Order: sequence, then C-alpha cells, then structure tokens
Amino acid sequence: MLTIESDKCTACALCETSCAFGAITVQDGCAVVNEFCTLCGACVENCPVEALHIKIVGKRIQSDIEKYSGIMVFAEYRHGAIAPVSYELLGIGRKLADKRGVKLSVLLPGGNVASFADTLIAAGADAVFIAEHQILEQFREDVYSAVLGQVINEQKPEVVLAGATAIGRSVMPYVATALNAGLTADCTGLEIRAKDGILLQTRPAFGGNIMATIECPHTRPQMATVRPKVMAPAMPDPSRKGEIITVLLLEQTLQTKIEVLDSVVCKDDQVNIQEVETLVAGGRGLHSEKGFVLIRELASELGGAVAASRAAVDSGWIPYPHQVGQTGKTVSPKLYIACGISGAVQHAVGMQSAEIVVAINTDSSAPIFNIATYGVVGDLYEVLPQLIKRLQEIKR
Amino acid sequence: MNILVCVKQVPDAKDVRLDPVTNTLAREGVESIMNPFDRHALEEAVAIKEQRGGKVTVITMGPPQAETVLREALACGADEGVLISDRAFAGADTWATSYTLARAVKTLGQFDLILCGKQAIDGDTAQVGPGLACRLRLPFATCVQKTRKISAEAIEVERMMDDGFDVLRLPLPALITVVKDINEPRVASLKGKMKAKKAEIRKLSAADIGASHQCIGLAGSPTQVVRVFSPEPRGDRKIFSGSVAEQVDQLVECLRAHL
Repeated sequence: MLTIESDKCTACALCETSCAFGAITVQDGCAVVNEFCTLCGACVENCPVEALHIKIVGKRIQSDIEKYSGIMVFAEYRHGAIAPVSYELLGIGRKLADKRGVKLSVLLPGGNVASFADTLIAAGADAVFIAEHQILEQFREDVYSAVLGQVINEQKPEVVLAGATAIGRSVMPYVATALNAGLTADCTGLEIRAKDGILLQTRPAFGGNIMATIECPHTRPQMATVRPKVMAPAMPDPSRKGEIITVLLLEQTLQTKIEVLDSVVCKDDQVNIQEVETLVAGGRGLHSEKGFVLIRELASELGGAVAASRAAVDSGWIPYPHQVGQTGKTVSPKLYIACGISGAVQHAVGMQSAEIVVAINTDSSAPIFNIATYGVVGDLYEVLPQLIKRLQEIKR
Repeated sequence: MNILVCVKQVPDAKDVRLDPVTNTLAREGVESIMNPFDRHALEEAVAIKEQRGGKVTVITMGPPQAETVLREALACGADEGVLISDRAFAGADTWATSYTLARAVKTLGQFDLILCGKQAIDGDTAQVGPGLACRLRLPFATCVQKTRKISAEAIEVERMMDDGFDVLRLPLPALITVVKDINEPRVASLKGKMKAKKAEIRKLSAADIGASHQCIGLAGSPTQVVRVFSPEPRGDRKIFSGSVAEQVDQLVECLRAHL
C-alpha cells in the first residue's frame, strides 16, 4: 500500500500532477490517497521530500535464482524467412550478454529451419537451439509456447527476449504465466544494472506519455518483448563461431488442440507496417480513398509502407491492418510522414516514438505539428506530387 | 452456450496528455470508459448468444467504481455482471491479474468460450488474455479479426498476423482475444439501459475467490516499477512556411541527410 508521511508532506501537489489516475490529492495541507491508486509509483518518484512510500509485504520470491544464466532470444520464422526483429534482438542481446559476461543463445522453432543457424551465429548468437518439427511449420499458440517453455526449463536462461509481434506477444505471456516469471511488454530500452546484474526494462506507458522502467528482481527468467525497429541489429560477421544444438522435443511439447486451416499472406506488400523504416500515413484529410494512390506512390518512392489513421480505416479507404494508433498498431519507424492526420492523442500514441515525424496538414493549428520534427502547412494534394517529383529528381 | 467476457475500466486516453509546461500528466476531467477492445469482445459474445442461445457473463477486476462498465455491458446485451474488487488486488501486474481472473472464473463455474479485448489501452500489454488461457489450460488465439463459424464443439476464427491472417479451429472451451475489426459494437438501447440500472451486480472479494495473498496485488506481481519519467522531448522542430514549393524544398533539404 501507499503510505504518506504527513509530517514530511509539504502539500506541494507534485504527486497530484504526476498521478495518471487521479488517485492522490492534497487536502488540508497533506496528500491523501483514494481507491483509484494502482500503486504504480509515479508519485513516489516525483515527491521531492520523500514523503511517499510503497510498502510490499509478503513478496513471492523464487528460490533458485542463481541457477539461471545467459541471455536467450526467441527468434521467429514464418513463410520462409526469419523476422527482422529477431536480428534486432540478437543485436541488443549481444550487448546485454557481454555486459553480464554470459552466453547469448537463440531458439528458432519452425518446420525446416536448421539452415538459418549460421545466419543467427553471424548475427551474434553463441548458441543456436533448433526446434524442428513439421507441426512447427505453422504458428500454433500452444505448441510454440510449449517449445519455449521446454527450452527455458532445460537451459535456464536469466533473460528471455522476443519481438513484440503477433507471435511474440502471444507466446511470451503464456510462457511467463506458466513459469511464474515476470514479463514486460513492448520494451523500447533494455540495460543491465551494474550493481546486481538485473535487467532494467523500459517501456512507454499511457501511450508514450510517460516512460516506466521495470525490473523483475525475484523471479527468473526475466522476460521482455521488444518493439520492432527500436534496437539495432549487429553487423553480420560470417567468421563468428557458435554452437548448433538440436532440441529434442518432448512428446508432450508437440501436443496441440489448434487446427490451422489456412495461412493467408496479405498480397498487399505494404501491410507489415511494424517492420519497415519508413511509413507514409493518410488520414481524414485525404477526403477519399483516392488519396491513398498518392500515399502509396510516396511510400514506394521511399521504399516504405502505407499506414493510416483510424478515420481513414473507419471510412473504408484502407483495411484495418494499416491502422496506427490506440486501437491499431504501434510503430517506431525511422521516418513517419503523416498526411492529412490531425494528430489526436489516439493516433499519436501509436507513432510518436518514430525517429522523424513529418506532418503535412492544411490546418497549422493541428496537434500533429506539436509532435512533428518537420511540418509542411499545405494541401497534401499539392504537397505530395511535388514532394514525389523532388525525390525522383534527387534519385537521378 | 455459456460465454464469459473480461472487461477493464480505463482512463479515456483523449483526456490523458502531457502538460507541455510542467511536463506532467494533465488529467483534469479524465473520464473512465470501458476499454475499447473489450467493447468488441462484448459485442462478439452477445452476437454469438443471439445466434446460438445461452448466457453472457461479464467480469471486471477493479475498484468499486468499475461497476459502471459492468452496467454498461449489461445495457449492451450481457446477462450478468461480476465485480472482482478488493484493496488487496491493487498494484497487480499482468501475472497477478490473470491469477485473480482465473480464480474468479473457477468460482463462477464452467464457460464454453471466454472473450477478452486484445489489450487495454492504459497498459497496452496484451498479456492478460494469454495468461488467463494458460491458467485455465484453454486453447487460445489472440488478435481475432473474425469468427467464421461456431458450433457446440468448436470455433473457427481468423487470427490477425503481421503479414496477413491465419484461419484456426479451436475446440471449445477456448479463449480468444479480439481486435476492433471483428465487429461494430452496438449502442445500448433504452430498454437495455433500464434493465442495467436495476440489475444486481455480484461482488467477489479476494476471500470469495480463494485467492492466495502471495499471488495477488503488488505482492504477487513479479514485475516492479523502478522509475517513472517523462520521455525525452523531440529535438529541434521546424514548421516550414512559404509557398508549397518552397516548403517542399526545405523539407527535402532536411530529409536528405536521413534518406
């Protein structure tokens, strides 16, 4: 529970403004907490006089923490290729392993994946665990979770990382629950704390309005899903040496209740918007689906993909998988070009971690300009053709 | 068909924003709403009930005020609302939340189908659904965009993937989490609202569901928040002016270094 030392409290009300839940208020010269408190700790952090404390009693502590060692990456294979995020995980995993002085291993489940082992070693892995079986050719929540669970039980890594993808965000919570381990979703920062070797996991909360750093001090492994496009993959080094181990999959691991009837790859090659460097997004300001012709043209000129605001998706101009924002996808591209998007918070939360945001909008007071790196005030139907033309000139 | 829907009360994100002057969260007039993804889960449950008959039970874990979202769900076609509320649940992470929900589900009985929203918009973790499936040992699928078929024995769904979608058949009982593409949630009817207003909301405490104190709330949560801070503000911003051609020139000049 949250305790408030009334003699220390100066009624400065910083706790009030730091609380996202309206759970703490200053009344009669002292902070008072109400039932909305979720014990998130934001007020404790912000209190300048250390008048606030969170007491935890009876914390569950795992007894064999010392038996866990090494960093493990859960790699993803689908439709003939390794997901780019897997290489990004090896990039950050390598750094964490070196800092910790431990091994970096990677688990690759799939139908026929042994040939990828060398690529994973070149990308930084010391050991590659190949889990091959026909049933793993397609993604099934239950078997994939069981495979990861089996390998963690056998290898006991202290840290397990997966991509914050459709697959990673399904498998990791299931496994973390089964192993009684802590899991942090959608991390954008990972580091090892020097004094005790604990993994510090940083993620955006409240749609990126605040950042939270999270630790799992009493349980192992420390598990995290990592947002694609945030971590840098290591430069591949084909001369690296590593061990390749074939996982002996237990019979119980391969049991499934899920029948995969079909696996449809979207023909639209601009759909996997979480894995690209550049996104061109269209919103209400397009006024019709014809606007996406221009959006697509600019996207292909830049080698990127097409995104959209909820307004554009709800208008039926473009399918839902392209939607960025609170009820769509969260993206972190290098470059995000928002065309005719006002930038309401519901959209902003899905894209504000992009490195560079370009806003093109007729309304100079649109909130999108507050989060834009560069802003063009004008009609996108005039701006985009000129922009495309200029980019083509540069290419030549 | 006995269907359960898990919902969460969340702050309406359009109200939560960072005060640019003080760099703190401005939350004046923040309203609580039903998590948007959960509305779609509820709609799907009610639609399945209308097609196949049965009952829709809605549960939420939260403070006493969370009763509001249960009444809203009742107004939109749910038959029973259950509030799982106890001071001891405060500070629960997704591990402790899925434990608490699982205990509550076991207390309530058997369900053929459990529906959750893909994720809550305040935490954005998408972890409670799969966690609950694990604890109840149910086959599950996340990010369902369409129910193709449902019978007494199985459900056939389209599950959104990053590069398209998979079509899956899960035997019942099963758990699915849904995305907003799955349906268009209905607006509560006047009759529904009247019914919801009068309805009895069942309340369950930690003791009622037989929860172990080591597994709930902050004490039961493997994850701990170490620090909460404001994100680094974006560096130099440039809003161009002049004719469209001039602005495009300036933009291209700025982008050149990055292309």
